[in-house]
Amino acid sequence: MPGPHGPRGPKPKIKNPGKLFTRLMRFILRKYWLQCLIVVICIFISVLANVQGTLFMQSLIDDYILPLLGTEKPDFLPLLHAMTRVAIFYAIGIASSFAYNKIMIYVSQGSIRQMRDELFSHMQDLPIRYFDTHSHGDIMSIYTNDVDTLRQLISQSLPQIINSVITVVSVFISMIILSVPLTILTLVMIGVTLLATKYFAGFSSRYFLAQQQDLGKVNGFIEEMLNGQKVVKVFTHEKQNIEDFNKLNDQLFESAYNANFYAGSMGPINAQIGNLSYVLCAMIGGIMALGGFAGLTLGKLASFLSFNKSFNMPISQVSQQLNSIIMALAGCERIFGLLDAEVEEDNGYVTLVNATENADGSLSESDSRTGLWAWKHVHQADGSVDYKRVTGDVVFDDVDFGYVPEKIVLHNVDLYATPGQKIAFVGSTGAGKTTITNLINRFYDIQDGKIRYDGININKIKKADLRHSLGIVLQDTHLFTATVMENIRYGKLDATDEEVYAAAKLANADTFIRQLPDGYNTVLSGDGANLSQGQRQLLAIARAAIADPPVLILDEATSSIDTRTERIVQDGMDKLMAGRTTFVIAHRLSTVRNSDCIIVLEQGRVIERGNHDQLIAARGKYYQLYTGKTAEA
Amino acid sequence: MLKTLGAHVKEYTAASIATPIFMLMEVALETIIPLLMASIIDDGVNKGDTHHIFIMGAWMILAALLSLFSGCMGAKFGSKASMGLGKNLRKAMFENIQTYAFSNIDKFSTAGLVTRLTTDVTNIQNAYQMILRMAMRAPATILCAMAMSFFISPTLASIYLAAVILLGIALSIIIRKAMKYFDHAFEKYDELNESVQENVSAIRVVKAYVREDYEKKRFTTASQNIYNVFTKAESLVILNNPLMMFTVYSCILLISWLGAHMVVNSALETGDLMALLTYCMNILMSLMILSMIFVMISLSVASARRICEVLNEESDLHNPSDPVYEVADGSIEFKNVTFRYSKSSETPVLDNINLSIKSGETIGIIGGTGSSKSSLVNLISRLYDVDEGSVSVGGRDVRDYDMDSLRNQVSVVLQQNTLFSGSILDNLRWGDPNATEEECKKACELACADEFIQTFPDGYETHIEQGGTNVSGGQKQRLCIARALLKKPKILILDDSTSAVDTATDAKIRKAFREAIPGTTKLIIAQRISSVQDADRIIVMDDGKLNGFDTHENLLANNEIYRDVYESQTQGGGDFDEGGAA
Repeated sequence: MPGPHGPRGPKPKIKNPGKLFTRLMRFILRKYWLQCLIVVICIFISVLANVQGTLFMQSLIDDYILPLLGTEKPDFLPLLHAMTRVAIFYAIGIASSFAYNKIMIYVSQGSIRQMRDELFSHMQDLPIRYFDTHSHGDIMSIYTNDVDTLRQLISQSLPQIINSVITVVSVFISMIILSVPLTILTLVMIGVTLLATKYFAGFSSRYFLAQQQDLGKVNGFIEEMLNGQKVVKVFTHEKQNIEDFNKLNDQLFESAYNANFYAGSMGPINAQIGNLSYVLCAMIGGIMALGGFAGLTLGKLASFLSFNKSFNMPISQVSQQLNSIIMALAGCERIFGLLDAEVEEDNGYVTLVNATENADGSLSESDSRTGLWAWKHVHQADGSVDYKRVTGDVVFDDVDFGYVPEKIVLHNVDLYATPGQKIAFVGSTGAGKTTITNLINRFYDIQDGKIRYDGININKIKKADLRHSLGIVLQDTHLFTATVMENIRYGKLDATDEEVYAAAKLANADTFIRQLPDGYNTVLSGDGANLSQGQRQLLAIARAAIADPPVLILDEATSSIDTRTERIVQDGMDKLMAGRTTFVIAHRLSTVRNSDCIIVLEQGRVIERGNHDQLIAARGKYYQLYTGKTAEA
Repeated sequence: MLKTLGAHVKEYTAASIATPIFMLMEVALETIIPLLMASIIDDGVNKGDTHHIFIMGAWMILAALLSLFSGCMGAKFGSKASMGLGKNLRKAMFENIQTYAFSNIDKFSTAGLVTRLTTDVTNIQNAYQMILRMAMRAPATILCAMAMSFFISPTLASIYLAAVILLGIALSIIIRKAMKYFDHAFEKYDELNESVQENVSAIRVVKAYVREDYEKKRFTTASQNIYNVFTKAESLVILNNPLMMFTVYSCILLISWLGAHMVVNSALETGDLMALLTYCMNILMSLMILSMIFVMISLSVASARRICEVLNEESDLHNPSDPVYEVADGSIEFKNVTFRYSKSSETPVLDNINLSIKSGETIGIIGGTGSSKSSLVNLISRLYDVDEGSVSVGGRDVRDYDMDSLRNQVSVVLQQNTLFSGSILDNLRWGDPNATEEECKKACELACADEFIQTFPDGYETHIEQGGTNVSGGQKQRLCIARALLKKPKILILDDSTSAVDTATDAKIRKAFREAIPGTTKLIIAQRISSVQDADRIIVMDDGKLNGFDTHENLLANNEIYRDVYESQTQGGGDFDEGGAA
């Protein structure tokens, strides 16, 4: 794949987190606003249920226990009533907690499904250029890592933040109601915690950075050396290797040890400052209760101490969750980046139809497959329709093209193929052979000049129809995880089994398919990894054959297959080419020699054209290529 | 498995023992605090004793500070022990892999080995850290808090005991069930991602056949499936939360009710009641954490298994007890050699091969893919061992030689070759660490690599990227040949090593070999007939058997396969390309 692959450095800073977050929320709320509203209400209720339970401790001690102390016949009836009320609130709290958790599943999974579907659907409409300029690994990581962190954001971080915020607010209010001085004391201790956290986080993040770097070095070394392990063996380089590795590994241990030590200390530090806060409140509160200062009763103190314990947790949770939101938003940026990528433009209006020939030689449209194809050209000016037979007449008129506008790779290319001809492109690697074939089916649009197909500018032809009329066999075949049958049928989705067999026979694939464990029902996996290169090529030919297109574009396989398989593949290709206009990127002398027209390319320019005999007679580059081959013999 | 892993933590035994002890201390000190608080209330506030409040407060602060110290020490030793385990595992695996024979390397894929050394080790060291710290902390908290509760009031504490047992059972049932669902769900999820991957790499096929809508429809169905399995799995997990709340609330209500009675009946003091309610939260939260830890640890079991596989793998090849260090000459002899990659496979890869090559001969090897050309030459430097028969080099069985010595004198340029990150000189010196720049240049001239190296601005100091991605295929192959030449071997084997080099350069390299190293035995595997036809003799391999071994002229006259290949390449079936335009 040409195109720059950006280095995978550290994560870039997000440009506009606020805007991203709003966009994300709009995306979720668009479909789930009602559910989200209910979730917030339920969280609110469940937090309140918890808070009222803690508050009850105050009246338990002050109103129901202390007054009864020393009484002869204590009356527990009022306590029973009070506790029943608390129990009912608790029950409501549990119910709403269950409800919001359940609803959140549907909201998070539903939003993620929506996101995935939109991503995939949008990706299908992106131009090939997008896939050239973005590495497949990067695209995949959007589907796996980024969507996954997003799911965590929706299902965990968001509800937890809402929960924490509501808890902090309601606990704070309750604390103020119970005792203002102790609340201030608690706040001061929170401040101390935050300062300590910040101080230690600075330490640990420095070591974490070092750890990441050292880990990168170790992993890089491992990857490189294991990939070359056989070379290491052949050159008996093992000892040196171990020495180098140990150096890196020891360095990693140092930084990892420090990073984890500091990170691991954060927990105890937070917890113990929290405990100190608790202790101070207990002491000071105890003295206050003793003196009856500021109306602090024993029950109030008990409640307050409980709140003090539950105040620390949500605050450290919020700071943790904020971190994960930032991470998720970085993923969101990439997700939206893909969704915002521009789709393939298609202003074509000429369509491909089946046709029948009338007595007077004119064409009319037909619903069934007739084997005769026509371009249906609805003229935009007056709405009149005319039909033109698809013959495979392709003309390049002064075409310039570059994958990036600044770097033109094809210069002033003129080309003409008359119907039924076999056109071969030859030239060295990088001469522009594949590029030309990519222009015919409009994988890329040209910068300048015109390409006409049966006299129609290909920009006027609907892309889908243009591509339907062209069969392509690529050099690196791609097969899908599915049965052999389904893979061939990919060329024509409504093909019958018989048609599949026929196509396989034409492509010389039938014999080996029948020898597979389950014949045509053998499941191929991992891009046909269980087949040889030649067999995969044969399936790709069969796939093109079943589509039965009027024009073919073939990229011949290079020397990676052995001679005998190569011949079978060659024979399959020859049968497929019979009677069709064919553009072939030729690597084999036989293909080249049998072509009606040979186009010799060099550095993006057509330097020679003609048939074999003409070009040999011309004694130019072709002659050189052709004879240079055997000159060594 | 535990034994294998345990061996590598030995160095850090002290830290591994210290960590849980410190964690236990941290927890114990922490659980004392509510008890001291109870004393503040009961003996201080209720009895009006300010002095007692201060003393208890001071004790509490001391407890918190000691707890802080223990916590940090726990973090320190935990980090040391777990990161040390990680370090030792990586080291042991890497060292063991260095002893692997080719057959061992084949067994694991390279990507598989890399994952085991990176991700799996990280998983294990994190799991170990968690076991030492968290998995100690949670049960310790439960135990300490439980003990304190029993100390305060055995009657009320038994409520906790019942709650812990019930909740524990319920959580484990939920987790076990959910894990099963999640396994299934993640499987489906992997499938979905694989199909996206496939779609991305085959996007040209999708677009060429105008199958965008078809693919979208298929994807939507798959994604609906994922939705279904995940909502089902998660519906189980969310039961945890309400269940937990129910238990906590029930305990609070029960303790409050019974506690109130006991306080009024003077069987319990107010402060003790408050302490009990604090322990309630401690105990049940720890149980929750414990269940989470359990899930995470069980996930790392797979990693541990994969690591042990690498550690326990023993090399298939061993040095002889009394090895020979010097290879006499470059002669090679195969006697009745039969070879299989896997002992269980029925058809041998090489079947009864007999051949003899004189020192200094140039031998071409040709044959279709899968005809075992590479397997044949790999036996010469003992990259694999034969099943039957014997391979001799310099008149001695290869199994008699010290492996390093043999490989230094039989130099192989592998088909799948690799350059390493570093300068060109660094790479060349793999062949001979002490080679002078002059010697390196000489080797590059022979391999026709000097000509393009000179065009680089930094010449021999040019930095090669990992995997040699910044040089072309043909250039890479020539550098690899130069590197092999620097060993000054008695036997030089080129396994399809000039496939990306154009024919003219290919011929030049062969000419240089003929003239500069006439004494070295040269074996050249090639697809192109032109690369082998000027060799002294040519081996024709077919389906693991020696089909012919003779000169070009004789083979052309007598060998059907050879003639076939020759004709197809020179008369209409050959390559048109110049190969890698170098």
